[in-house]
Amino acid sequence: MERLFSIEEVQRLQKTLSEARNPQRLRVRICMTGCRAYGAVEIRDAFKAMIDEKGLTTKVDLLETGCHGFCARAPVVAIDPHGFFYQQISPRDVPQIVQTSLIEGKPVEKLLYTHPQTGEPVALEKDVPFYREQMKIVLRNCGQIDPTRIEDYIARDGYLPLAKVLSSMSPEEVIGEVVRSGLRGRGGAGFPTGNKWKFARNAQGDVKYIICNADEGDPGAFMDRAVLEGDPHTVLEGMLIAAYAIGAPKGYVYVRAEYPIAVTHIKKAVADAKAMGLLGQKILGTHFNFEVKIKEGAGAFVCGEETALIASIEGRRGMPRTRPPFPAIAGLWGKPTNINNVETFANIPPIIHKGGSWYASLGTEKSKGTKIFALAGKINNTGLVEVPMGITLERIIFDIGGGIPGGKKFKAAQTGGPSGGCIPSSLLNLPIDYDSLTAAGAIMGSGGLIITDENTCMVDMAKFFLTFTQSESCGRCVPCRLGTKRMLEILQRITEGTGELSDLETLKELAPMIKDTSLCGLGQTTPNPVLTTLNYFLDEYKAHIEEKRCPAGVCKALIRYQIDPETCTGCGVCRKACPQKAISGKAKEPHTLDQALCIKCAICYNECKFDAIKII
Amino acid sequence: MNEIKLSIDNREITVPQNFTVLQAAERAGVKIPTLCHLQELTPCSGCRICLVEVEGARSLVTACSYPVAAGIKVKTHTERVLKARRLVMELILSDHPLDCMTCEKTGSCKLQDLAYEMGLTGSRIKGEQHHYPLDLSNPFIVRDYNKCILCERCIRICDEIQGSMAIDYAHRGFNTKVSVPYHRSLTESDCVFCGQCVSVCPVGALTERSRMGKGREWEFQKVKTICSYCGVGCTLVLNMKDGEIVRVTSDREAGINHGNMCVKGRFGFDYVHSPDRLTEPLIKENGNFRKASWDEALDRVASGLKKVKEKHGPDAIGVLVSAKCTNEENYLLQKMARAALGTNNVDHCARL
Amino acid sequence: MAEILDLSRLDNLFEEHQGEDGALIPVLQEAQNIYGYLPEEVLRCISQKLKVPLSKIYGVVTFYAQFYLDPRGRHVIKSCQGTACHVRGAKGVLESLIRELKVKPGGTTADLNFSLETVACVGTCFLAPVMMIDKDYHSKLTPKRAVDVLKKYSQKPEREEA
Ligand SMILES: Cc1cc2nc3c(=O)[nH]c(=O)nc-3n(C[C@H](O)[C@H](O)[C@H](O)COP(=O)(O)O)c2cc1C
Ligand code: SF4
Ligand code: SF4
Ligand code: SF4
Ligand code: FES
Repeated sequence: MERLFSIEEVQRLQKTLSEARNPQRLRVRICMTGCRAYGAVEIRDAFKAMIDEKGLTTKVDLLETGCHGFCARAPVVAIDPHGFFYQQISPRDVPQIVQTSLIEGKPVEKLLYTHPQTGEPVALEKDVPFYREQMKIVLRNCGQIDPTRIEDYIARDGYLPLAKVLSSMSPEEVIGEVVRSGLRGRGGAGFPTGNKWKFARNAQGDVKYIICNADEGDPGAFMDRAVLEGDPHTVLEGMLIAAYAIGAPKGYVYVRAEYPIAVTHIKKAVADAKAMGLLGQKILGTHFNFEVKIKEGAGAFVCGEETALIASIEGRRGMPRTRPPFPAIAGLWGKPTNINNVETFANIPPIIHKGGSWYASLGTEKSKGTKIFALAGKINNTGLVEVPMGITLERIIFDIGGGIPGGKKFKAAQTGGPSGGCIPSSLLNLPIDYDSLTAAGAIMGSGGLIITDENTCMVDMAKFFLTFTQSESCGRCVPCRLGTKRMLEILQRITEGTGELSDLETLKELAPMIKDTSLCGLGQTTPNPVLTTLNYFLDEYKAHIEEKRCPAGVCKALIRYQIDPETCTGCGVCRKACPQKAISGKAKEPHTLDQALCIKCAICYNECKFDAIKII
Repeated sequence: MNEIKLSIDNREITVPQNFTVLQAAERAGVKIPTLCHLQELTPCSGCRICLVEVEGARSLVTACSYPVAAGIKVKTHTERVLKARRLVMELILSDHPLDCMTCEKTGSCKLQDLAYEMGLTGSRIKGEQHHYPLDLSNPFIVRDYNKCILCERCIRICDEIQGSMAIDYAHRGFNTKVSVPYHRSLTESDCVFCGQCVSVCPVGALTERSRMGKGREWEFQKVKTICSYCGVGCTLVLNMKDGEIVRVTSDREAGINHGNMCVKGRFGFDYVHSPDRLTEPLIKENGNFRKASWDEALDRVASGLKKVKEKHGPDAIGVLVSAKCTNEENYLLQKMARAALGTNNVDHCARL
Repeated sequence: MAEILDLSRLDNLFEEHQGEDGALIPVLQEAQNIYGYLPEEVLRCISQKLKVPLSKIYGVVTFYAQFYLDPRGRHVIKSCQGTACHVRGAKGVLESLIRELKVKPGGTTADLNFSLETVACVGTCFLAPVMMIDKDYHSKLTPKRAVDVLKKYSQKPEREEA
């Protein structure tokens, strides 16, 4: 890796690398991040061996990429230049792919994705409905390049935006461009990024800092993880441009500890960029200096909050402090500090490259560009999707997400994770943008999108989120430390069948007050899941309280398992599996379940192949 | 400092621009309740009792930390504010023992006063409460964390003013607790027993062991005095009952120490009532002490000193002055040494 | 504890982080990698070297979920309780693990073979419900499968321990 000493050198290198990239070349793109958990390593090894065996080593590039997005179908592999898309493959399938696709240039039918409506196999990645409806700006490189190779990034216009900024734009012009783009922070609150940069630029301070918030604490979201794993340089370049605009010589990336691959990739990116003179002192021969350090989180959701994050970097308990002063005035070590989310930074290079007006032409009036969502829960196509702002929930869930598994009915979507709220089916036409979501009582949040179906109990859901936020409360302020605790206790009572109607009044009294009085965003948003479920699913609460019944069949205290003698074949699987020996019966005869012994562990329910165990 | 104008409860007021809303309100004569606030410490803004409404702000803000700005409009007693404060109080009380009848702090407890003002006898909202054991493991400070409202005052004063950094929060959320490492006794920590934490604890979580069961706050006769241990001259307040010192407190508004004290001033008063304490001069004869009058004793000292000076010269005499004396007393003593006794051998125990 | 800790294993760490602002958390993380948990002697040593009062270190260690003051099991089970796992039945999986191992989350089995933890999302929601044992993912679990998986990790007599 050679150091680049001038702006022209990086532009020249980009040209060379991009021209050297033969679009007709055979390439195998394997996701080695998310799919790793599904055996991607073995598949890569199989490809390597097979390619060697067939003497194709010089003809085929084996690319270890980041996430392709379609995690539900992991492990996935794509073959270029044809654009074949293979899913849920195993090492055993590799010889056939190599033979048929790499050598003969044809798709392997049986490994293709089946179109859910037509039932036809879909050969090409671009025709898979999951991909077709997306618009990839932030994820443009994810799944396309080897994230550990800086050359791959540069070949796809990487570091050209930096070169442009350094050669032809003043810091004010950069900020102007970001303001024009209308980009709003992707970390949750949606604060206009350009304005935030302006504050930090105008703040007085001998040193300023840039922090990239990669704490991604929302349990059920993995957008930032995918970006860092799949395209770390775009984040780094975004930070560089921000540093130039604000005048910050130092930066930190604060990464969630549970993301080892992301940590490795961003560290490699920093080292490589440094070696090439794209980071460090006298970047590309200019007077611009910027150093980046990686800090790993230590397991505290609240450290995603900016002042807590700062405390954590400083080596203290991650407890938020009261604002003002805002970090832009007094942040890390008391110096002006600009904090942005991973996805926010990743948007910057394309904005600079193509211009703020281009970006502002995408999305809605007040929410520009695209947003990545992590689709999960009761949905067929679990995975990562990037869509233009303003798209309806319905299109995300049904066109891209492929609907609800098992023919079940959609019940609600939770946006914004534990700080967000649920959106019921009556609002499926809601355009997804900051303001519509807030108006519906939810929030955009960082992009977690959890889908629930008729078998999800919304009271249990609210309890789940509150359990999480309660256990993550830093403990500093009363409304959050004690208020959310009391709300949780009430929800516990309701789900255990000992709730009273007056509990609902207490919830309605506490929730808005906690929002209004908590010190930081954690406490201020903790009541949201309760408020929205109360708003949209009040009947379900009432059923728990008045009828002592959980309509979704989830709350343990309110349900019983029973064996339907008509359906039971007497196979005995449940009898053997029950840890309590609560099930008895002779082989091939209907079994019975002793309620007195049953602890409602749901093992029998899950094990029965004939759906003979019913929840009543 | 530049002055700015703002309005509090529709009243215009001019204050220095580095003021908080709370300071401005004080100046305007508007009372805002506080629990965790202490002007000399960095605000933690945890108790949320001082909430006020600032026009245009998304949520309520804490007066104790919110900086004033030109033209802002603050409302301190709107329905929204009063309701919020009341609910915050109810939440605090929902995890409080409410044993004011036997609590040492009754009568000087900020929580009790506030509950009284709001007419709260407890909380409508019930739930789990803490049951920590009472900590009687050291001779000076009783720690009852069931009463702690986590106002952080003790931690902040120990860090920021005392500099001992003996205590901090441990754990988080509902389980947050002020603690020395490993939840041990203060005696096994960096604590110097200055009692600063006790002096700022707004509730009955930290109290002086010496006062346990010795009387109610309003029964104590408060005698302001100067500490006799050293020359700093801290102002102390002796809390007396039936002629006996029950504890020593301090006054954050008074004296050169602004309420700060060390272990000696705060806890070192047992000698006052000690039966071993000298109350009249004693003269040793044939190995035994006998009582004497002041005149006799002083004559005896004078003649003794004279004898030494005549026989061995003035330099045979040395004078040790004391940190327990005032500057004036020490000045006079060295004057006597130099002018009357003729010796320069003057020293001070603080040098030893 | 009878064993004597070799505190010199921390020396490199202190050298590496010398003079660094905010070194406490990275030092604690790396110390825990060395010893498997954070014994009191280690915390005292760190306190001395970094000149951070022990009270603050204890505050930090008990604040962050990642740090452990007690020895951990040979295998660490992380049962994901993230949202996606929750709606797909992660609670049943956890309860089943608790029953089988007879420890609560955060605890370690008496034979020191397993430590049971919960984690709020390992970022592989498409595998829900998931648990990680050491570095392996186990996906789409049911209460029964989770317990079956444990068998693979059951204690084998280890020679070096004898
Ligand atoms: C409890 C809490 C958790 C948060 N977690 C995250 C997070 O994981 N990632 C993130 O980027 N922002 C998070 N935020 C928002 C940050 O405080 C901050 O607003 C954001 O990083 C700013 O970046 P942006 O302007 O680019 O959105 C969190 C906020 C709160 C209150
Ligand atoms: S709202 Fe919760 S997390 Fe935020 S400061 Fe208060 S207690 Fe801490
Ligand atoms: S007595 Fe003094 S040193 Fe000890 S904890 Fe209290 S304030 Fe800190
Ligand atoms: S012990 Fe007293 S001073 Fe310390 S946090 Fe608790 S209530 Fe506040
Ligand atoms: S006095 Fe202001 S928050 Fe406690």
